[in-house]
Amino acid sequence: MVDFTLWDIFRNLLLAGRWTVALSLIAFVGGGLVGLLLLVLRLSKLPGAQRFVAGYVQLFQGIPLLVQLFLAYYGLGLFGINTSPWVAAALGLTLYASAFLTEIWRGCVEAIPRGQWEASSSLAMSFTEQLRHIIWPQAQRIAIAPTVGFLVQVIKGTALASVIGFMELTKVGKSISNATFNPFLVFSCVALMYFCLCYPVSLYAKSLERRLNVQR
Amino acid sequence: MSSGDVLASQQAIIDIQSLRKSFGTNEVLKGIDLQVARGEVIAIIGKSGSGKSTLLRCINGLEEFQSGSLTVNGKPLLYGNASAMRQLRQQVGMIFQSFNLFPHLSVGKNIMLAPSLVKKKDAKSAEVHARQLLERVGLSEKFDAHADQLSGGQQQRVAIARALAMEPAVLLCDEITSALDPELVGEVLRVVEALAVEGMTLLMVTHEMSFARKVSDRVIFMHQGRVHEMGPATEVFASPQTPELKQFLSSLHD
Repeated sequence: MVDFTLWDIFRNLLLAGRWTVALSLIAFVGGGLVGLLLLVLRLSKLPGAQRFVAGYVQLFQGIPLLVQLFLAYYGLGLFGINTSPWVAAALGLTLYASAFLTEIWRGCVEAIPRGQWEASSSLAMSFTEQLRHIIWPQAQRIAIAPTVGFLVQVIKGTALASVIGFMELTKVGKSISNATFNPFLVFSCVALMYFCLCYPVSLYAKSLERRLNVQR
Repeated sequence: MSSGDVLASQQAIIDIQSLRKSFGTNEVLKGIDLQVARGEVIAIIGKSGSGKSTLLRCINGLEEFQSGSLTVNGKPLLYGNASAMRQLRQQVGMIFQSFNLFPHLSVGKNIMLAPSLVKKKDAKSAEVHARQLLERVGLSEKFDAHADQLSGGQQQRVAIARALAMEPAVLLCDEITSALDPELVGEVLRVVEALAVEGMTLLMVTHEMSFARKVSDRVIFMHQGRVHEMGPATEVFASPQTPELKQFLSSLHD
């Protein structure tokens, strides 16, 4: 039997933590891009777009993330696509994040008074000009705090990718605890690491919120 | 249509033919015919819910109407056609009750934004024009100020300058003094009056009856979605023909 020092545990967890960070960033950036696209689609008033986006959001908000990850992992395989846990986890988390982000941002856009749309419309500005120069700069200020807050949810959500065999923090923690027979110690270390990732982000979200409120 | 009507609609800068507009099953405009001549100043009066604001908002396409036709300066209003809407809206400026300045931009940028985007004006000439317009509305020192540093009356004057920056052929004013403190109403009305004198075509929905009487060439009284009575300001106020207008005017004096 292998002897694990506390440092060994930490070192392995730190290495695995990189994958948690990487997966979080991919999900957050990917989800942000898809979410933005969905938001523009929804605002564009194209026929059927609003219903499509609403359905998309309902679907991904109504299914547990864990089940979504299973579906991504086994579902892609059904279509003959050879999935690694990497791809499945990135895909599942991206879809999940996009549904939540598009909904968060829709709320921010709806908080902009209708008069802003009307004034810019009557100045003959096009839809994209309105979005770019009138709506986006104002909505962005409201959106920053809840968006950064949601990043915490994504980071914690990556733990579920362990069940499809993705070697991130939780999965590596489980392997180490199987080897050391000291699950409480190991998972305490895992918990500490998640906390060290999430807490600064929460603090940052709070300080952003404060700063943006003062500016008003 | 008689030959006189044809002539009138050719000269008209705004030509509205049998326009009908409903919100759901509630028909708020029940067939409006209206021709506005270039340089004419029109006041639209009536009770709330009579459709006067809706009519105004139809003219620049903020509200979609179900039937009838509308042209401004010969440009038809076509909802599905983004470039036609853009053409038409460049002809029509609008001032709102709630000012609707862009709060994230300075006063100068508020005025310069649409001309630079829509008319592709270069920064230098847009700024020169914006400063001229600010001087015209009496706010030349406010170019770099932010909207929330201005009083309501000042904000509304900036909104007027912003609309004028697009060099519209027609200006629509939707109860532009209703959100102002009484002591600030005068400064905004003076700007509008100056525009009227300079020959701008103006359509204004207003509750300022003395202003309407003083400035407008024609007064339109709307009642239940129709043009109920229409005529020169002096006639409409001095000798209303219909009982509804009589009642409306007398209710204002109570």
